[in-house]
Parts: sequence; C-alpha cells; structure tokens
Amino acid sequence: MNKPLSRVDRPNSYIGKSLPRPNAKRLLAGRGRFVDDIQLPRMLHAAFARSPYAHARIVSIDVSAARAAPGVRRVVVGSDIAKLCMPWTGTLRHFKDMKSPPQSPLAIDTVVWAGQPVVAVLADSRAQAEDAVELIAINYEERDVVVGIDAALAPGATLVHDALGDNLAFQTTIENGAVATAFNDAAAVVEVDLRFGRHTPVTLEPRTLIADFEPGERALTVHHSTQTPYQFQDIYARHFGLDESRVRVIAPDIGGSFGMKLHVYPEDMAVVALSIIAERPVKYVADRGESFLNDIHLRDHRVRAKLALTQDGRFAGMRVQDDTAIGAFSAYPRTSAVEGNQVVRLMGAPYQLTNYRADLRVIFQNLPQTSQYRGVGHPIACAATERLVDLAAKKLGLDPFEIRRRNYVTDEMYPHTTATGYRFERLSLDQCLSKLHALMDYPALRAEQAQLREQGIHRGIGIATYVEITNPSPAFYGVGGAHISAQDGCVLKVTPSGDVQCAISVTEQGQGTETIIGQIVADQLGVDRERVRVLTGDTETTPHGGATWACRGAGIGGETALQATRKLRSNILEIAGAILQSRPDTLELADGKLIERETGTVRMNLGELAALVYFRSDTLPPDLKADLTVAQHFAPKGFPFAFTNGIHGSLVEVDVETGFIKLLKHWVVEDCGRIINPMLVDEQIRGGVVQGLGAALFEECLYNDAGQLMNGSMADYLVPMAGEIPDIVIAHVETPTLDTELGAKGCGEAGTSAASGAVLNAVNDALGPLQVQISQIPMTPQRILRALGTVQ
Amino acid sequence: MTRPIAIMLTINAEPVTAMVESRLSLADFLRHQLRLTGTHVGCETGSCGACLVMQDGRVIHGCLTLAVQADGSAIQTIEGLSESGAIADLQAAFHERNALQCGFCTPGVLMTAQELLQLEGVPSREEIRDALSGNYCRCTGYQAIVDSIETTAQRRAVGEAEQPA
Amino acid sequence: MKAGDVAYFRAQSVSDAVAAFRSCEGDARYLAGGQSLLAAMNLRLLTPDLLIDIAHIDALRGIERRGGEIRIGALTRHAEILSSPIIASHVPLLAAAAPWVAHPAIRNKGTIGGSIAFADPASEFPAVALALNARIELDNGDSVRFVEAQDFFLDLYETAAEPGEILSAVWFPVATPDQRCTFDELARRRGDYAIVGVAIVADFSGEIVDRIRIVFFSVGSTPVRALRAEAALTGTALVDTDIELAQQALAGDLSPSDDVQVSAATRMHLASVLLRRQLGKLPVPTPKAVRA
Repeated sequence: MNKPLSRVDRPNSYIGKSLPRPNAKRLLAGRGRFVDDIQLPRMLHAAFARSPYAHARIVSIDVSAARAAPGVRRVVVGSDIAKLCMPWTGTLRHFKDMKSPPQSPLAIDTVVWAGQPVVAVLADSRAQAEDAVELIAINYEERDVVVGIDAALAPGATLVHDALGDNLAFQTTIENGAVATAFNDAAAVVEVDLRFGRHTPVTLEPRTLIADFEPGERALTVHHSTQTPYQFQDIYARHFGLDESRVRVIAPDIGGSFGMKLHVYPEDMAVVALSIIAERPVKYVADRGESFLNDIHLRDHRVRAKLALTQDGRFAGMRVQDDTAIGAFSAYPRTSAVEGNQVVRLMGAPYQLTNYRADLRVIFQNLPQTSQYRGVGHPIACAATERLVDLAAKKLGLDPFEIRRRNYVTDEMYPHTTATGYRFERLSLDQCLSKLHALMDYPALRAEQAQLREQGIHRGIGIATYVEITNPSPAFYGVGGAHISAQDGCVLKVTPSGDVQCAISVTEQGQGTETIIGQIVADQLGVDRERVRVLTGDTETTPHGGATWACRGAGIGGETALQATRKLRSNILEIAGAILQSRPDTLELADGKLIERETGTVRMNLGELAALVYFRSDTLPPDLKADLTVAQHFAPKGFPFAFTNGIHGSLVEVDVETGFIKLLKHWVVEDCGRIINPMLVDEQIRGGVVQGLGAALFEECLYNDAGQLMNGSMADYLVPMAGEIPDIVIAHVETPTLDTELGAKGCGEAGTSAASGAVLNAVNDALGPLQVQISQIPMTPQRILRALGTVQ
Repeated sequence: MTRPIAIMLTINAEPVTAMVESRLSLADFLRHQLRLTGTHVGCETGSCGACLVMQDGRVIHGCLTLAVQADGSAIQTIEGLSESGAIADLQAAFHERNALQCGFCTPGVLMTAQELLQLEGVPSREEIRDALSGNYCRCTGYQAIVDSIETTAQRRAVGEAEQPA
Repeated sequence: MKAGDVAYFRAQSVSDAVAAFRSCEGDARYLAGGQSLLAAMNLRLLTPDLLIDIAHIDALRGIERRGGEIRIGALTRHAEILSSPIIASHVPLLAAAAPWVAHPAIRNKGTIGGSIAFADPASEFPAVALALNARIELDNGDSVRFVEAQDFFLDLYETAAEPGEILSAVWFPVATPDQRCTFDELARRRGDYAIVGVAIVADFSGEIVDRIRIVFFSVGSTPVRALRAEAALTGTALVDTDIELAQQALAGDLSPSDDVQVSAATRMHLASVLLRRQLGKLPVPTPKAVRA
C-alpha cells in the first residue's frame, strides 16, 4: 500500500470522498456550452453530398444547380480541397507491415463506403445547404462490393483498394511456450466460435465543429467536440501547413465521446479546408443519419479459440484466431488495428497460462471504418476467454467460481508477465472473486435458480473477469510514430486573493475530470475545493498533453496535478517562511491558512501571502524566489501500463418461448487502485456496464451484401434505454499502483469490458438445461430462438 | 422559397414575436433564433428526448413540432424551469447523486421527470424507468437518474404532507 | 437533417382545410400531431409542398358517448385516451393499447386521428380499430361519411380516405358486459414498434365464445384479422386444445415477410406464442395499469 496521502487530518481531505461535480450545476440549468450552441459572425453551414454506393467510381459531378441555389456560398469538390490538405494514412510503425491508403477529406475518383462525403456545400443555413446538396448530380459507375470477412479474404476477392493488392490491412501472430504439446497432452479441450456484432457509439451530441480561419495571421481556431484537442492542434497544423502556435483547438462541453471523438473524420478536415477557402467560420453538425454512417464503428470480430485443460482443471494452453473487419480505411492517427491487437493480447490475461498462440487478421471491406471506442478489444477478449472458462467448468464439472480461483494469477506471482508480454504490477483477482461471491449471495441465487427451473422459469447466472489496460505509457502509440502524448501537463496559479487556478491537459466529457483534479489540488495544497478552479479543453490556455483516451485522466492527469500541487505548496511554504521568519518545514497549509505545524496556530491566510507577493514584492527578501505559478509535466515511467482488474456478475431470465431476455440484476467488483471520488467511479462503472449490456442484447449495425446500412436511425438501431436496464450493484477493492504517489489507475472501461461477457455466460447458463448454447452477440430474440431450434 | 410567417407566443412566461420559416422546428427556433441553447437536438426523429420542452404544460418533442405550430401557445424550456425555481429540488437531487455526466440529455430528462412528478403519488422505480423510455442517456446507465427522481418524489410527498391543511 | 421547404396554412374549420387542400397544386398534407409526419419530413423522406394544420379545428375534438358508440374526435391525443374515464370503462381495449404507443412525449402530441389515417401497420390504434370494427368518420368539408375499419386499411399507409378527406373522428362500439378483451405486444424495448402485437375482443355466453375478433399488427402491410383462428375458437370454451387449433390455423391467416431484424418464421412463431398467452388471459381482462 502507498503511504497515506494526507499529512494531517484536516478539513481539506478530499481524496477518497464522494463529492458532487461543481460543473454539473451549469449543465442542469441548461447553461452548458456545446459546440452547436456557438454562433460566430458570418458563420456558414456545411452539408455534404455522400456516396449512396459502398463501392463505385465517380464518373462525373455536376454542381451548377447547387451553386445557383438560394443561400449557397461555395460548392467544393474533392480536388479543390486536396490542394490544401495533406492526405493522412492510418498506419503505425510498431504494427509491422500494416497498410492503409492515404485518405482525403472528400472522395476524388472512387468511393469505398456508402456515406463517404464527395461534395461539400456552404450556405447561410444548414437547411439551405441541404437543399443544395439535393441538386448535385453525381454519376457513379458501381463496382463489386466486399462486406464479409471470408469474402474479403477469399482468393480473387474484390479489392477495396486495388493498389494494396489484397484486403489484409495487418496480421500478426503471438506465440509463447509449447502450444502444440499443451493441446496434445490435454485431458480435455473446449472451444468457441464467437461472433461480435459491429456497433457504433451513438453519443447523444453528434460530432460537431466550427472552423474559423483568420487569413491575416493565418490563424485557425476550431471549436471542436473532441476529447483530444492537442492531438487536433498538431494534425490541423501539419496537414494544412499552418504554424502550430496559430492553431487553437477549443473543446467546450462535450456531449459524450467514449473514444468516438478522438479520430480524424473526413468532415473535420473538409470543414477546416472550407473555412480556409471561404475565409469565414464554418459549422458542421453531423445529423443522426450521418452519425450512423460515418462515426467510427467497432467490435466487428469473429473469434475462434480453444482452451486445453488438465485433468485437475488447470488451463494448459490457449489458441486464438481473431478476424476483424475494419471498413475501408484504417483510422487516423490511432489506426484500426489496435482493437484486434488488444484482443489477442488480453485473451486469457487473468489466468496462469504460458502456452499461448494467437493469430490476428485485420481486414478491409466496403464499410465505414472501425476504431477505438470505450473498452477497445477488452469486451471481446473478456467474452471469448470467459466463455471458454465456463465451458471448461461445465466439461470438468466445476463451479464457475472454483475454476477461476484455480487458474487465476496468484498474489505471490506479482509482478507477473503474461504469455503475451503484458506486465502486471499487482492485481486482486482472488479478492474480487470472493467479494463478488458474497455480494451476489451466489449460493442463494443458485438455490433460487434451481427452484424456479422446476416451474419452467429459466434463469441464468454468469460471471466474467476482466483485466483492463490503463495509464498507458508511450509504448501505446508514441513508439509507433503517432503524435499522441502519453504525458500530461498542469499549470497551477495562486490568484492575489488566494484562489487557485489549475489549467490541465486532461479533458472533461462529464466523467468528472475537473472535479477529481480539483479534489487532488485542494487536498494536496490544503485549501477549500470551492477555491480551486480547474480549466480544461483549450490548447491556448492549458499545457500540452494526452487529454482523454485509454483511461488515463485520474492515473496520469491526477498524478500530474498532485506533483504540480506539491511543487506549489513547497513554494508557498518557502515564501511564508520568509515572510513569517520561520523555517518552512515548521509551517503547514490547511484550509487556506498558513499554520504552525506543531501547534496549529494560524499565522496568515494564503490570500494575504499572495497579496504581498503580487502587490508588495518590495517587502519580500530580495533573493526570495516568489513563484506562485508552477508548471509540471508527468508521464508514466514504471510499468508500461497500470493494469486493473475486476469481475462482473449477471442474473438474467430467458423466456424460452419468445427468446426475450430480461436483465434482472448486475454486479461489479472492481479495483482501480486509489479511488479519488467513489461516487464518480461508481457512475463511470454503471455507464460503462450499460454500454456493455447494449452490446450484449441490442446494438448492431446491420449491413446488407451491397454494403448498405439497414438500421441507421435511432428507431431501428437499438440503444439501451431506462426500461431495459437493471440496477447495478458495485463494490470495490483498492490496490493502488506504486508507480505514482497518487496510486490511481483508470476505471472508465471496466464497466464495458466484462458486462457483455457476463451476460453471455448468464444466458448460456439459463439455456444449459436445454442443451443448447448461443455464441453471438447481440443476443436477439431471434438468435435465441434459432439457438433453441425453435425457428430456422 | 416560402415567405417567413409571423408568430406570437409565450416563452418562459415572456411574450415573444418572431418571423420564422415554416419548416423550422421549434427546437431549432429556440436554439438558433432565440439562443435558448439548453434545449438540445439529438436525433430529429423523436427517439432520443434531448429536445423535450413543455408546451401548454405538456412535455413534447421540439424536433417534432414546427415553430409555426407553436404560435399562440406557452412554451417552457429548461432555462425557464430553472429560473422560476420550479425544479430546483429536482436539480439539487440530480447534482447530489451525480445523475448526469455529459449533460446533453439532462434538460430533456428533467422535463420528463417534472411531468411525471406532477402526477399524484410517488412513482415506483419501474414507473420512473417507464416514463424515461423516450430519454436516451449514453453516459449514466440511468440508475442515478432513477434514484434522483425517486428521491425528489419522496421529498415532495413528505413536503406536501407537512404542509398545513 | 432539416425538413425541406414547405408552406404552412392553419385551418380554422374542416371546410377551410379541405379548400386549402383542393387549391394546392402540389403535395398537400394535413398536419395534426405531426409525430410521424414531421419525423419523416426531418429525414426528407416526405417533402410536401403544403402543410395544412388542422390542430385548431374545434369540431375535431372531444370524447363522448353517442348511443351505443363512443365518438373520439380525431385530435384526441394518446395521453387523453390514456386518462379518459369514458374510454377506460367503454372502450377498454383502446385503453389497454394506449400505454404501448411510443413514449410519454409522443403520446402528449400524437392524435388518434393521425395514427389511424397514417395507417402504419406496426401501430397499435389501427389494430384496435380493426378489432372493434370501429367506424371511421371522414369529412370532405361538405359531407361526412363512415367507413368501417375492416374496409378502411387497404395497404401499406393506404386507406379508404379519398384525397382531401379529413379523418374527423373514430366511433368505437361500447363494450358489453359479456365482452372480454386483451392486448399485448412483443417489442425489444419499451415503446418500440412491436415485432408482433395482438388485440383480441371476444363476446362470451357463460364460458363459451360467441364471437371473437383477433387482430395482429406488425405482421403485414395492414393490421391483419386472423379469421381462421377466430373460426377455430368460436363456440369453444378456450381450452388448451382449442387454442392449439387456433395456433395452427394462424399459419393460414398471417403471411409476414422477412425484415432486416426478424425473419418471417420468427414473426409467425412469436404471433403464435402471443396468441396462446393472450387467449389464456381473456377470461380475466387486466388492462395494463399506467400512470397518465
């Protein structure tokens, strides 16, 4: 355990307390400021003509009628924009031999997915821009379309990009130990062939940006609904040949992101180009239909895996084949290979497993791109692994809890390196398992299940263990050449009245970043948290950093804030010592006052000190370094990632006549290290769980063979709503990382990572007595009925 | 292009006159013409509930109502409900319980909640979830929202019981 | 997406509205609650030239008993149907169906006239109208005529209303003491369009079914009466073997097609399960309790 963080018991001990978010009041009053709420002078609105075909050659484009339409200011085609914007390529060096073609804002010769933007219209209003889009005549020559994984890899397959030679974007193999021997010697082998439905983030606020180019200074300001403003500052500067110092990206209130709003989208680049062309501000708001067609998709995987077992129920070896279809382009700047890469590296991670082989194939098809979204690969690895584990338990006649306990990495094995090379500092697998067992009252649930089965009611109980990657170091992207920062920066400033302003590079999307940073600063400095104001989301007023991705706000951003605060505190005590003629180490800062450490006697207020520094520097000793502003950067330097762990439990009831599944209850025991604000952690977990429940039962982008999305509306693409979701019970184990003073790890993806796996196991547990199983999510009524053999 | 139409209505208890295009939705009218940006737009097909406002005391979708249809009616937006203090207790319950994250769905959720809470009795959790069936929230997982509405209903019931007859 | 350009006219009377319809050279549409029409316009699936707002015509309002029928004015909102004591006691099938219609905010604005005139085969109210063989009142500004529900729903979104005619009211027969009804649907989420739904109304003599009408929705281009199943059940006491025969007969009544989410076979199976379950509930009608 880390040593306690608070040096004295005082009123400002905020770390570990459930405190509400100061910035939430604004949102509750309808006073949020989202990008679409911003209107700039002379602002134009963009709309796009999009390809109706998944694969076609552009023969001709006629925009004359659109140009003449009311309110239209510009109509721009791909070649106009290509002159301004350097194309981007979604590959990284550490994915050896990965390929993806360069991508441009608007299609030029060919279109490779239905919905790809081809022509942009700028008009005085969005409605007028859309009116004009309807007047654009584009002739296409349709080409064969490739959608399915097997079709894309078949010999002679239609190619998404002729120049690449095949549809394989990336492949890799991981091998460790003696896999063949393990399977040859196995007492038993279980296997799965699992299909995961492609889904999409459906943030309630769609992608939105306003680009505002000022030609005199060649300065660009972009108000952008993004979680990573610094990354976009870098990208806009490089791809448009602008000075980075003159590119400002502001992320105001963001209406949901979850990874979706950190990728480069063609429309983003087009809108910046349009602002440069028109020399006026340009706004673009993706409408819901455009969001379904063009927001990143995710989780389109087929996982075939086998687990070799010994007689005594131990895991002897694992083989994995993951095939994932990523659409027409690999995403930029993170690529679309990361999800598959994390699947094959996380499979089996919680277990003692040396003999392991995984093969990954990342495949192009004529669909929108897939890429990183909350959980990135975790839910797939978790569901596939935990399904295998349950099948193994069934085969060997062991209880699901027992087989996990028997095979987990144990406490004395840390630090532990997995067969795929991940290094765990310390996990709490056994503790979480035991805690879940008690939390669910597992024996009582089993008894109730048996009793209800006699009445023809089919309940199922499922559990799923996860291991989550958090606090990523540059090993994640930086080593691959991506301009994606793994460090964060914080500038702390004491105002003359003794308030504190904290400008930090981690960003807020409602998860509570600003709140926890405020808690850390106030706690470590010794001031009331009401007096700490946290500023985020503006590249011009905050230091450069990674912002929000891959679960790093608390672990990395929090540690940055902690170290900055300690530096500031040290400066303050130094100044106070000089003013009060005392040794700094005899003084303490508590509740905004300088006190004597021994006696608690108040000597002066922080405001008095600051006023002296700012207004009466003549009274201070001439050699005193009176810095009330400090800057601090921090990047993880110990373990490449801070792994967390936990376990979910799910209770479901399956109506075996209709195939309908009712979620009755869900439990989570999680360990994200030091908890800064338990309420916010719980709500991150709950929100994440429900996204996983959506994947388990509802969410899927349904494409036909022509590459057309068949359910691209909120009436047809089913997201989880309040009525279908059970209450979620949460408990915690705390194993802080020793790599930082703070000891915090991430919790943002823990909910999503194991929820679908737990439900998959629960449903299969319910179906068990009927001797059938289901191997596909979402588990729709029809798929349940098919599994049962009720319908074809 | 059709000519704009003059409308007169009451918004948050203040009279408003405006010229609007007949195709303009009430949500876009409120947001972009009157700058009442607390009403949000999430789907424009009545599926997500981000644009809910009150028209003559009933919660409706701002995206499925034209501004011209609202001529002569009384509209309440989140700004009005907030500033009148009518939902101060509900907002406080949401704040304490962290029943919002990004806040984009929140104004619509508060509209649904307020209409539900104006009915007699304390709704069950199932009734609260049912009432929220048209309010999409991607962040919270709904439980904190249900908790906050339940808490407010209980507090209001106690408050009413304690009122002198 | 934003709706296409459209003209707007607020009618003060039915004749006013019909005159506007007739004088429009392009595509004119009546606008009542607009909960389906405006959604379609926001997707530019519909781009009418003229919207004729009929929501302010007083003659289209009101719920009242007229002899053996309840006349429900076209502008009656779903929420009013939910809370109407007259409908609860005299048209219990409609009351049972109302909570299944979409979400609270939609029910606050959507009208029964709009729902029936739009004739969405997945909607609840057209199915109820057909099950009760309601009379649809159509007003062309000069005269009023009635069409029975069984002659009204012709095809997908197609009805017996003539161009320009306004659906002014729906007349439901008052439920008799010997009548039982039930309504249920299978939808993935609360308020979604059903995968399949059923409305049943039956007249009993003691234990024996004298007359039964069974209407499925979301199974074809209109709400569909299950005539063969009805025949199989007429004169029975709804014992298990009768119900089985009715389930078998259903194959001749319904011919759903595949859609992207659900196959025809799945729909058929679910319809059959729903029929058995709802018939089992008939003797003790339990309209869904709802706060409204």
